[in-house]
Order: sequence, then structure tokens, then C-alpha cells
Amino acid sequence: MFHVNQHPVHFAGDDKASLLSVLRDELRLSGPKFGCGEGECGACMVLVDGQPQTACNLPVWSVQGKQVTTVEGLGTPQCPHPLQSAFMQERAGQCGYCVSGIITSAAALLTSNPSPSREDIVQALDTHLCRCGAHNRMVRAVQYAATLSNLASPS
Amino acid sequence: MRGSEVGVATERGFVIDRKDGRVQLPGSLHTNRRLSQWLGFDESGVVNVYTGKVELGQGILTVLQLLAAEELDVPLSLVHIHSASTARGPDEGVTSGSLSVQDSGGALRQACAEARALALGRAVALNGQSNGAIAVREGHFYNVQGASLGNYSSLLQGIDLNIECSGVARPKTATERRLLGKAQVSRLDLADKVFGQARFIHDMRLPGMLHGRVLRPPTLGAALDAASARWLTYETTTLPPGLRCWLDGRFIAAVAASEREAEAFASKLTARIQWLSGAELPDVNALDVFLTSAPKETTLAFKRGESLAKGEWPIDGLHHCAVYLKPYLAHASIGTSCAIAQWDGQRLEIWTHSQGIHNLRDDIVKALAREPVAVTKDAITIHHVEGSGCYGHNGADDVAFDAVLMALRCPGQPVRVLWSREQELIHSPLGAAHRVELRARLDASGRISHWQHELWANGYSSRPGRAAVPTLLAASERADAVTLPLPINPPLAAGGGADRNALPAYVLPHLQVINHRLTVMPLRTSAMRALGAYANVFAIESFMEELAEQVGEDSLVFRKQHLDDPRALAVLDTVVQRSRWWDKRGQESEGIGHGLAWARYKNTGAWCAVLARVQMAKQASEPVQVLNLDVAVDVGMVVDLDGVINQIEGGAIQSTSWTIKEQVRFDRERITSSDWSGYPLLRFSEVPEVCVHVIDRPDEPPLGAGEAAQGPVAAALANAVCSALGVRVRELPLSPENLLRAVHAANRA
Repeated sequence: MFHVNQHPVHFAGDDKASLLSVLRDELRLSGPKFGCGEGECGACMVLVDGQPQTACNLPVWSVQGKQVTTVEGLGTPQCPHPLQSAFMQERAGQCGYCVSGIITSAAALLTSNPSPSREDIVQALDTHLCRCGAHNRMVRAVQYAATLSNLASPS
Repeated sequence: MRGSEVGVATERGFVIDRKDGRVQLPGSLHTNRRLSQWLGFDESGVVNVYTGKVELGQGILTVLQLLAAEELDVPLSLVHIHSASTARGPDEGVTSGSLSVQDSGGALRQACAEARALALGRAVALNGQSNGAIAVREGHFYNVQGASLGNYSSLLQGIDLNIECSGVARPKTATERRLLGKAQVSRLDLADKVFGQARFIHDMRLPGMLHGRVLRPPTLGAALDAASARWLTYETTTLPPGLRCWLDGRFIAAVAASEREAEAFASKLTARIQWLSGAELPDVNALDVFLTSAPKETTLAFKRGESLAKGEWPIDGLHHCAVYLKPYLAHASIGTSCAIAQWDGQRLEIWTHSQGIHNLRDDIVKALAREPVAVTKDAITIHHVEGSGCYGHNGADDVAFDAVLMALRCPGQPVRVLWSREQELIHSPLGAAHRVELRARLDASGRISHWQHELWANGYSSRPGRAAVPTLLAASERADAVTLPLPINPPLAAGGGADRNALPAYVLPHLQVINHRLTVMPLRTSAMRALGAYANVFAIESFMEELAEQVGEDSLVFRKQHLDDPRALAVLDTVVQRSRWWDKRGQESEGIGHGLAWARYKNTGAWCAVLARVQMAKQASEPVQVLNLDVAVDVGMVVDLDGVINQIEGGAIQSTSWTIKEQVRFDRERITSSDWSGYPLLRFSEVPEVCVHVIDRPDEPPLGAGEAAQGPVAAALANAVCSALGVRVRELPLSPENLLRAVHAANRA
């Protein structure tokens, strides 16, 4: 058993199946995307116990007992994560195929480092590929989200 | 129903035929003339807008929403844009060539103006005696007293919108507009994407949907070895329930009830079969030799003034000649190509991220013509659903036909087909390799008198719907295979293909352009963003820099001496004046270089000037770091300002990736750059700061922004590298290997 977006999941199939296939096929989630199947592009990024991991090459046995979070678990249109608001505001994306994975990695960054520098953001997102060239907007959106998060939870 | 449109069907997408004797209407309204093809008004106040163009990530839906809201004066939220479908809406050919704002946008503006005029006429009649202006606010019509006369739906009730537009109504003038170029609006499609909601075709799940995978010959000519074919034929008879597999020539389909099973099944089959190599591929390290020695068809694309045949050049003056080379490039979409098809025994329904659903339908009809029961055009409905960015003709159309072939064998059930990462990188058509040889003569005053542009490349379009035989990949693999047609070049008047932007926009008394189109295609090529403009502008703007150096003139001054187009001069002046670092370049430390370039896309589209600032690596084996790009652009009337900036910025960054890093690699048998390690893209840590300066011209027609930056960025980067390195690099990409080779060549010389 493991949790996805705080819901318990019992997967009875082959536990060598990729986490991505379980998320998309059994749980009918759309946020994590298939891009390469080899963990090279980041389109399928999820959080496993808060750490960004590519779901396409992660066998489902390896997440037993763990908390998996996808972009759907970060926020909803009614209650968006600051990153989701910021990406909308900055129009940070073109085709948007890489966006859900990038938001997921950025969420882990903001949790561990609420006021990241530009360099911190670039490093955190460097494993992600974006073909449309929306990189700078996405970095700007993460910076903006950091200010939104910090406003929401003054320390 | 579409009888009047038959005339354009054969050249759909290249150019709208306006010399057909009918009243000229703007954009695609000329060929889709009925109001009802574009607009529908619900009682609730919702305005339904139908377009033949598709969202590729360029933000076109948002642009169309803005245009309709502006012309009709209805709230943005009530404008519902419907993506292209053969079932409803206009046929606008292919979404390509940076034409959507002018063609679909121009049509929609006029259609909205006509609908508004019709409703206004009704409102005036209703208002009766009390004269005075009628105001339109939030989709409602009011008289001077402020009394509501109704909304679009109520006022247009009883008026048949299935009528031809008259072309008489006048869209708003610049001063009447309240939204265009000003409004900060949300991207229509982005919310679904940031919340991970199902929006992409990859996310579509239909009841009872099966999952298909294709096994493909690694190259166009490869064949399945006989033992593999025998094994596979036997295997297909012993499959467990739920799995299906068949061999049709060289096309191998594997279908299962779930995606995981389909994936495992295809992997198992792939591991067991062997392909025999087809014809030898060119030597990747000698593309120059391949391009000049391959069979070709030569045309004189353009000529002005004296003939410039070799040996006939004026012997006086300063002569210069240089050769530039661009490798094969991959579209390299992040999401792989995907489609769904369903066959119920009579009708075929297809969901695709194709850029041209009508073209695709035409080719599917051709490809199925030899089936026992041919499928007619009327029996096929195609819907566009968003995919990952494609940047031209990738595998979208091919995978749709793969899905069709599987659906025909699985009647009653939708079949979804997804390509693997490897398939996306090796089976999608590539951007063509391209060689340019430039020659110029300068007179005693240092002005260019003669210029010759000679190019060698495959044609730049293998898009479906334009040839007598289908261009769909599986059609060339099936038992009754057709040979894939050679890629063609759109006519120069429609923007050209390999020769796109081969005509420099400079004032040149004697000019000729020669196009050698290869008549062989060892690697499948087709349209990739900017077509030939990328290589041609890279060559021309590198060459201009070389000529300026030869006459000892500042390259900006030299360019301006050869320009008489005020909008070209304006983008050049703007980029230089607005850049925060250009005028400080004299004080920069060693290893930093600066470059300038510009072009007007297709010589009829957007004007774009670029400044680049690069840092050479300390180690010769390390790549160049691009620090800054400043881009000035004139797209005429700006509809969605941030949309323009996003397109230019994205185009500039993508071109940086092409120019610095990208090259399809292959051995003599197959493409080897089949994953992201083999075909690396620019990463976050390598992306330059990009500043976009937009010149808004509200009184000029709007122009597309998606392909304006690619050529100028390549040349600006090459010029910047030259200024830092002191050596001209004429072969792309500007990789450590090519830089090193250029340095060695310069040392030998």
C-alpha cells in the first residue's frame, strides 16, 4: 500500500510496473506525463515523500509505504498552489506538456528553500526539458510563487 | 456543401487563392465564406467561435478569443473557442507558416464585424423612433436612454447565419479598440495544464479503448528479415486472448486492452525481430559532400539584373565567397506522437494533434483507396485535440494513420496509439540538411553590386494532402506500399520552402537565387519551424558580417547602407538602442563576443532584429555559453502582447538550442540520436536572458511571431562567436567540435 495525493492505493498487479503507468492507467491521473520512459525529460515528475522523482522509470514496489504527490495533489482550481497561480499569472508555458512536471519539482524546491535564488531555481529545474523555450518564464513564475508563499505564511 | 472549395483543395495550406473572381474577403474567410462556419450565438450569451487553426502551444486560441471579444464587445469569458474539426467550422488547411493570426484572425475579425452589423441593424429597427447611437456593452445592445434592446442571440434570432459574408462591415479601427495589444489575459489552455487536468490527446480515455504500438523498420528502406517474419506470423496465431498482432508488409501492429500490456507486448516483439538495413545513409561527417553530389533538380528561384554564372562576374571590385552548412535537425517534441481512431464498420472517427486535419483526411482516403471497402472522405470525421508542441511536421499525422489501421482491424473499439521516445526521434520527419554557397562582389565604393545565393537541400514539406500519393509513413510500409513522395517546396510567392528568405531584403542591383532540390531522400524530411529561413538567414547575415569586415565598415552601418525599408531600419535601431549591454561591448573582458543579425520572415512577415552576447568556454571541449539575446520585433498590429513576447522568446531559445547543440546523428545504417542523451536540448542552466522589444503598429495588419526569430538568432550567435573567437564558424551547430575544426582550418590557411 502507498498513498497518492493522500489517498491510499492498493495495487494488486505486477509490482515491477512503473509508477507512471499506475498513476495514469489505474488512478486515471493526467498530470504526470509520458515523455521518454527513461527518466531523462522530467515530464512525469512526482514527489515521493517530498522528493522529486521521475515516475516513468520507478517501479511501483519502490514506493510501498510512501507518500506520492502529483501536480493534482499540489492544488486545484479552487485552491491552487502558489506555483499554479504564478504559472497562470506569468503565462509560464507554451504547449504546457512539461509544465506539470516542472511545477512538481519547483514545489519540492520551495518546501526546502522558500526563498530560492535564480541559480537555485535553475539548478532544481535543470533535469527538466522544455522544447518550446518557456524556461525564463517558468523561472520567473517560481520566483513569483516564492513571494506568494512567503506572503501567505509569514515566518 | 463544399463544392466552392474544391478549387483550393489541391494546394491547401500554401496560399489562399484570391484570384477566383469572388469578392475579396480577409484571411480564410475568402475560402470559408459563410458566417455560420465561424460563429454561433447561444441564448445564454455564449459566443461559439469555430476555427480551422489549432493550438500548438503558440496561444492562437487566446488570440482568437481576444479578437472576437474585441469586435463583438462581449466578455472574454463568454467567447468559447472550438478547436478544428472536420465536422464543423472552416477548413483552413494547415496551421503553419506563422499565418494563423492573419488568416484565421483576419477572417474572424471580419465575421464578427458582420455579425455585429446584423445585430446592430436589428437593434436600430427595434429602437424605432428614438434615434441616436446604439451602444454595445458586454454583449448587450443599449439605446441612448440605457434601455437594453437584447443580446446577440436575441437580436440575431431568425437571421440565417448560413449566409456568405458581404465584406462590407468594417472592423474596429485602432482608436475604437479596447483590448488588443493592451489586455492582460489568461492563456485559454494553460489552467488545465498547470492543474494536470486532462487536456492533451494523451490524456483522452474513451470507453473500451484499446492500446496499440507499432514496430517500425529503422529506416525508410529497411526490411524485416525472413526468419523474423516467419516467427511473427506464427506468433500471431498463438497469442493469448486480449493481445492482437499482425504484420502488413513492414508495418507491425501490436494491440492490447491496457497500455501496460501493449507496452510489454511491443517490447517483447521488438526484442525478437531483426531488420535488414536498407540503402546506405550519407556520411554524417561529410554532409557537404552528400548535398553537392546527390541527384538534384535545379531551379533559378529568382533573378534580377545581370546573370551571375561562374566566370562571368565583373573582374574588378572585391569578391567574396563562403559556404555555410546546417545539419539535419529533429522536431524533438517532449510528448510523443499520439492518436485515437474508432471504426464502427461504416464511419471512421479520429482524434489527432495534426496541424492539418483536412489534409490528413485527404491522405487517409488515398491511403485506404485499395482496401476491400474503401473509406470515403464523407465517412471520416477528424477532431483536433492538443498535443505536445510540434514545431512543424512531426509524427502527428503518421500516428493518426497508425491508429486508423489498427481501428479498422478492431471495429467498434477506439484504439489509442502512442509512439515511443525513440520512434519520435527517428521516425518523425526531420528538418533538412542544407548547404548555402554565397558569392558577392562589392564595387569601388564598398557597396554590394552582385549577389548570388545557391542552396542544396531536400524540399521542405512532406505534409499530407498535397501529393497524388499519401505521405503517411505506414502507407510506405504496408504490403501494398507506396513510395513516399519527395518533399516539395512551397512556391516562393507563398513563402518558399528551402528558398524561404534566400532573397536578402537588401538593396542589391544584381541578384540571383539558385535552388538545388535533392531528388533522393535517404532520411525523411519535412517542414520544421521557419523552413529554409533558418539556414538561409544564418548564411546571409553571417556573410553580411564578413563583407562588412572586408570593407572595414561597422556591420550595422554596412547593413543600413543596403536597406531602404523603414520597418527594417526600425527594428535594427530599436534593438541597438534598447539593449542594456550593446553599447558597452567595447569594455567587455576577453572571451565575450557580440553579434547582430536581422531578417523579415518570408520577406512578407514579421521584422526581427537580434543582438547576441556569448561567453567562450575556457576549455575547447566545452560549449559556448549564450548570455543574452535582445530581440526587437515588428508584427504589425499587436493582438496579444504577452503572446508575441512568448513566441519570440520561445523561438529565440529554441533557435539557440538548434544553433549551439543540435544535430541528428546517424551511422551508415540508422539514426543513432534516438534518446535525449543522443539528441540533447538546451537546458535551464544554458538558457540565455532574453529581452524582447515589441514595436506595436496598431494601424498595420497583424503578422505571426512564431518563426521570426529563428534565423536571426542563429546568425547573431555565429557573429558573436566570431567576434569572441576571431574565427568564422560556418558549419552548424556551433559545437566545440565545429569550433575546433574552424580554428584548425584558419590556422592552416
